[in-house]
Parts: sequence; C-alpha cells; structure tokens
Amino acid sequence: MNLPIYMDCHATTPVDPRVLEAMLPYFRERFGNAASRNHSFGWQAEEAVEAARKQVAALIGATAREIIFTSGATESDNLAIKGAARMYREKGDHIITVVTEHKAVLDTCKHLQKEGFQVTYLPVGRDGLVDLDQLRDAITPKTTLISVMAANNEIGVVQPIAEIGRIARERGVLFHTDAVQAAGKIPFDVEAMNVDMASLSAHKMYGPKGVGALYVRRKNPRVLLEPIIDGGGHERGMRSGTLNVPGIVGMGKASEIAAAEMAEESVRVAGLRDRLLAGLRGGLDEIYVNGSMEHRLPGNLNVSFAYVEGESLLMGISDVAVSSGSACTSATLEPSYVLRALGVGDELAHSSIRFGLGRFNTEEEVDYVAGKMVQVVTRLREMSPLYELAREKASGRAAT
Amino acid sequence: MTMSYSDKVLEHYNNPRNVGSLPKDDVTVGTGLVGAPECGDVMKLQVKVDPETGVIADAKFKTFGCGSAIASSSLATEWLKGKTLDQALEIKNVDIVNELSLPPVKIHCSVLAEDAIKAAIADYKRKQAEAEQGHDNGTAPAGGGTAAAGVR
Repeated sequence: MNLPIYMDCHATTPVDPRVLEAMLPYFRERFGNAASRNHSFGWQAEEAVEAARKQVAALIGATAREIIFTSGATESDNLAIKGAARMYREKGDHIITVVTEHKAVLDTCKHLQKEGFQVTYLPVGRDGLVDLDQLRDAITPKTTLISVMAANNEIGVVQPIAEIGRIARERGVLFHTDAVQAAGKIPFDVEAMNVDMASLSAHKMYGPKGVGALYVRRKNPRVLLEPIIDGGGHERGMRSGTLNVPGIVGMGKASEIAAAEMAEESVRVAGLRDRLLAGLRGGLDEIYVNGSMEHRLPGNLNVSFAYVEGESLLMGISDVAVSSGSACTSATLEPSYVLRALGVGDELAHSSIRFGLGRFNTEEEVDYVAGKMVQVVTRLREMSPLYELAREKASGRAAT
Repeated sequence: MTMSYSDKVLEHYNNPRNVGSLPKDDVTVGTGLVGAPECGDVMKLQVKVDPETGVIADAKFKTFGCGSAIASSSLATEWLKGKTLDQALEIKNVDIVNELSLPPVKIHCSVLAEDAIKAAIADYKRKQAEAEQGHDNGTAPAGGGTAAAGVR
C-alpha cells in the first residue's frame, strides 16, 4: 500500500492509464486541428473527436450529434442555463433549481437574476432530496428551465432524475441536470429520464482535466441555446473554440471504460464504502452520516464526527486525501452550504469529512483509513471541551 | 490553502502541551471557556494559581477547533506556567501569531487564546474575591470578571 492514499474522488479522479494511452498520440504525431478540412492532420483529429463523441453519447443514451464538447462542467452548466434562459426568454423568465446545487449552477442562476430572470431555489429534506410536490408547485407558466443535479458532489445524494424529467416534460419545461458526479458511476440515460441537457466532466470519471461536455437534446424537443462563447462556429455554433482533441479523446475513452465497467465497479466501490463506514462505526460512537444512504453514489461517504473540528481531523490524517465541510477548509470561511441546507447544525457541519472512493481504492486502503480516523478522532475528542461537556452531562443524567 | 501549517503549529498539534482539565470548583483554579461550536472554535483554558505568590502553577487546555486553534491554546498554557497573573495578562494575540507564524486567516485563533487567558484569570479573581468575602466577610479586593465570556 502506498501513501498518501487518495480518497477524494468527487474533487477529481486520477487518469486511468488506458485513457492516457489513448490520448498520447494526439499530443504527438496526430496533433491536427479538428477544424482543418484540407489535410490528413485535420481529418485524423476530426475522426478522433467524432469517435469520442459517440463514446460519450453511448454512456448516457444520447446520439453523437447531441454532444457539445466544452472546457469542463462549469462551462457546460453556464452554457446550458444561460444559453437556454436567454434563448427562451420570450417564452418566460423563470428558472427552478435547488439550494444544494454546485456553485457553477447557483452562481450562474444568480447572474441571470441580475439580468432580470426569476429563480426559485427549492429546499431539500434532511436526506438531501428534493420534494417532487414542491417542484411541481414551483412551476409557473413563465418557467422555462429546471436545473437539478443528478448526484451531489458533497453528500453523493442522487436526486429522482427520472421523476423530475417526467414532470418537466409534462409541463413543457426544459430540464437540465448537472450529471458530473453521476455519469459513469450510476445508470444515467437521457432518453429514459427525459433529460434535455446534461453537464458532464471528464476528470470526474478517470479522464483528463480541462474537458467536459454538454448533452443538448436534438428532438422531442429540439433544444436551442444562445452561445456564451462566440467565434468560429464550432460545435454546431453553440461553443466556438478549437477543440481540445487529446482531452476529448480521453473523455471518450473514459466514457467507454465507465460504460463497460460501471455495473461491476459500482458494486465493488459501494462495498468499499460500506466497509469504511462499518470500520468507523466499529471504533467510534456519535458519528453521523449526512444525507440519504439509500439514494447515494456508491463511492460517497459524508460523515460528521461530533465534537471534533474537520480541519484538525484532516491535519491528523495528513497521509489520506479527503475533504471537510468545515469553514476552515473553505475559501469563504463558511461551513458547507450543502450540509446547512440539509439542516445539519453548524457544529456538525464543521465536523464533517467527505470520503470519495473510486476505481483505484483497495480494501487495504479502506482499513487503513478507518483505523487512522478512529485513532485521530479519539485523540481529538480527548482534547475537545465539547466532548468533555457531553460526557459530564451524560454522567450527570446517569447519576440522577 | 489550509495545509500550509508552520512547523511550530504542526509540533503543537502533534504534541500538544498540557491537555486536560483542572478541578473547576477549586478556588485556586480559574476557567475560561470561549468561542462557539457553531463557529468551529471552542477553547477551554484553565490556570491553577498559588494564592500566596499569585504565580500560575499549572495550566491546562482543551480545544475544539482547527490545528492553529489547538496550537494557540497549547502554546498559551506553556507560556502561562510560572507567570504571575499580571504577567499572564500581558500575553497578546500578536505574540502567539508571531511565535506560530499564523497566516491572516488564522489570527482569530490567537485572539481566542488571548480571550481564554483573560477569561480564566477573571474567573480565578472572581472566585478569590468570593472566597475572601465568604471567609472574612470583607470586601472583594479585585473586580469580579465573568468567566466563560461569550461562550454559546
């Protein structure tokens, strides 16, 4: 077992060696611009891009022509939401999204509010799930777009995308989903789920950074977007800019691998995740899983370790790469807004750790991490005045 | 951003000095409890004072907070031992910032440590004043500060 151990797969994933192999020729001899129409370098690049487009489309049940390559999921979210909102402004100016969305969605919606759009931010329950009745009630004749993420990046909670898609379709509202964490990890099919737009990212599924895609439905209904980047008219005019050929090839290969191995991999990774939780519970009391365990990505575990602050925990496990919802670890010095939205108190939000397990984690690593966590949490609790107070209260209750 | 701890912060985090608790009902013990769990920082700092000499004989802490908060309170207990109450009150948060090379985002940890020292000493003085009143029926010599300033 090698240290440090990487267990932060919601942040990014390592590039699969098979993906890297597929990409390398496109940095070397096949360096052409996919838009060059007059020589073999360009044709080769274009061919590679079109093959990748098919691979990405196949992962999500789309057709190749519905895939727009972008620089990543943040751009995809921006393009989908701004592009659709502005394109259909004459139809209406109302957008519905959810408070636990990624900032790429929330900040895009805030931006549109400054342009005069109305945005409804739906709450979530304690389990992190949206209430479908609330969603239905939020739709008005002015609503043109619903954006709900498929799986959350902090708590891994999987939203009822098929149900939301059905509601959106019935009401004639476009449905965008940020499927960055879900695609390649759990079954995701744009046809079966009535998804009109879906944001994807290569580096969350063992592909390279700097490349993503937006699925844009071409029929029933045909979705049109106002571009946010103007230029040479690449990608059906929706996203100008020379294509990142090696990145796109990598994303294609990553999609192909994910599609082929998802069924087996998700069972194995969920097994590792459950083993980790069992290991933590075996050694510690008062630990709380944040968000639904039932509707959850296989590789996600988000746990609050009561009485212990998250950043100090991370310091104690410096040979393990995980994340915390503690304010001290965020750029804004606020505890996780996702955990807050679930109704997790600030104290427990400060005490949260996100484990993101993936393709390359092993049982040995899981056991090491569980053991290390138990050891560090125990040590920090001995140092925690809150733990002491809680013990005093408990023994006071026992005495009376 | 968060992982650039100074060696001294790491040292205190890995080998904290004086972790523990003193009997809080002891009249020679002053307890300061500052911070708020919602904010991610709570420090409990205690001093045991020799009433004859006014010198801090022992100091203990418990901290819920980041590594810098733990290090700040650990350092504070180290500095408090052997100091008179007046000397202890001269410890300023900037001294802690400098000693631990705390970055700007962690200055509040040092402020909390300074507050904890002040609260612990105020609590000791209050207890002493009360004890004196109780025994001699006299007047309190020092103003009674409130312990646990600002907690919760």
